[in-house]
Amino acid sequence: MARTIVITSGKGGVGKTTTAAAMAMGLAQRGHRTVVIDFDVGLRNLDLIMGCERRVVYDFVNVINGEANLNQALIRDKRCDSLYVLPASQTRDKEALTPEGVGKVLEELSKGHDYIVCDSPAGIEHGATMAMYFADDAVVVTNPEVSSVRDSDRMLGILSSKSRRAKQGDEPIKEHLLLTRYSADRVERGEMLGVDDVQEILSLNLLGVIPESQAVLNASNAGIPVVLDNASNAGQAYNDMVARYLGEDLPMRFLATERKGIFSRLFRG
Amino acid sequence: MGLLDVFRSNRPRGSASVAKERLQILVAHDRAFRNRPSYLPELQQEILEVIRKYVEVDLDAVSVNYEQDDEQEFLELNIVLPDGSRS
Ligand SMILES: Nc1ncnc2c1ncn2[C@@H]1O[C@H](COP(=O)(O)OP(=O)(O)O)[C@@H](O)[C@H]1O
Ligand SMILES: [Mg+2]
Repeated sequence: MARTIVITSGKGGVGKTTTAAAMAMGLAQRGHRTVVIDFDVGLRNLDLIMGCERRVVYDFVNVINGEANLNQALIRDKRCDSLYVLPASQTRDKEALTPEGVGKVLEELSKGHDYIVCDSPAGIEHGATMAMYFADDAVVVTNPEVSSVRDSDRMLGILSSKSRRAKQGDEPIKEHLLLTRYSADRVERGEMLGVDDVQEILSLNLLGVIPESQAVLNASNAGIPVVLDNASNAGQAYNDMVARYLGEDLPMRFLATERKGIFSRLFRG
Repeated sequence: MGLLDVFRSNRPRGSASVAKERLQILVAHDRAFRNRPSYLPELQQEILEVIRKYVEVDLDAVSVNYEQDDEQEFLELNIVLPDGSRS
């Protein structure tokens, strides 16, 4: 039986797809059989971030509609044997993801994998609800910014009322907070909400803080999940996040700007 | 400029503290709204119908408010009677 993890947020553009790719690759690199699914029907781009866009033949909706079987649609990662990608469809019909169809695919995937990572689309409507419905864990990706924090809180409301676990009265989804695009510099200047501020409002288990980093853009340009770039702070922060998810107790890094000498601090602007 | 000012100017009160205050209020409001029992609109409608059997009140004369704190839930019912309804 696999554990199903949804990467969700409510708001768009906060780093869900970046996180889904990093988390899936991180889990697979540690030897866990992992599949990452793009639920963003019509706007697929997980395949781009994973660098497998040219190998897409069949997609999630083809499998649900019985036009292809899972083995035909799954793309095996070239860098890591235990990682598969299930791309989203380009169809404009968002209703193509039915609860029965999604449930069946997840159940089948569950047999041969340890983790199923679901990359949710933005919003709180059909696509996002489908991505979170079957989840055991949720990573709520949040930027330190008002609309993102608010939407994350709304998403928490949906996780705790509309998921399968909620409907069946099972143990609730385990919710984790991932703060991304964090700029320690701006937090120190009082221009950006700090990790403690966000924690005070959302009070979730903090899985990690990912700094704002050029490495993320470089990684997506190249189609290499940033978690593989261990020289970068974002890559290291994502690796820490995966380790924490698996139970390691690691201190948060990159929360402070590099310490400057006392003189430069005293005489700064 | 004294030494204290130097330290103070090092920590200006930026927009983040405003953001946090606004968020705290907003999120508390959102959560209260989310937790409202789903029967409220129906309850409000039925109470209105009962009142209108006896008094000719406006259609928006009845409001039902729900609040919750750590210990209790409050259901607040407000009925506005028209002028001269005491016959
Ligand atoms: N830590 C980060 N630092 C810099 N840019 C980032 C970071 N995380 C995400 N981005 C950028 O933000 C944009 C949206 O990211 P994406 O993962 O596609 O978000 P979502 O899936 O939530 O819409 C992309 O251009 C991505 O490169
Ligand atoms: Mg995305």
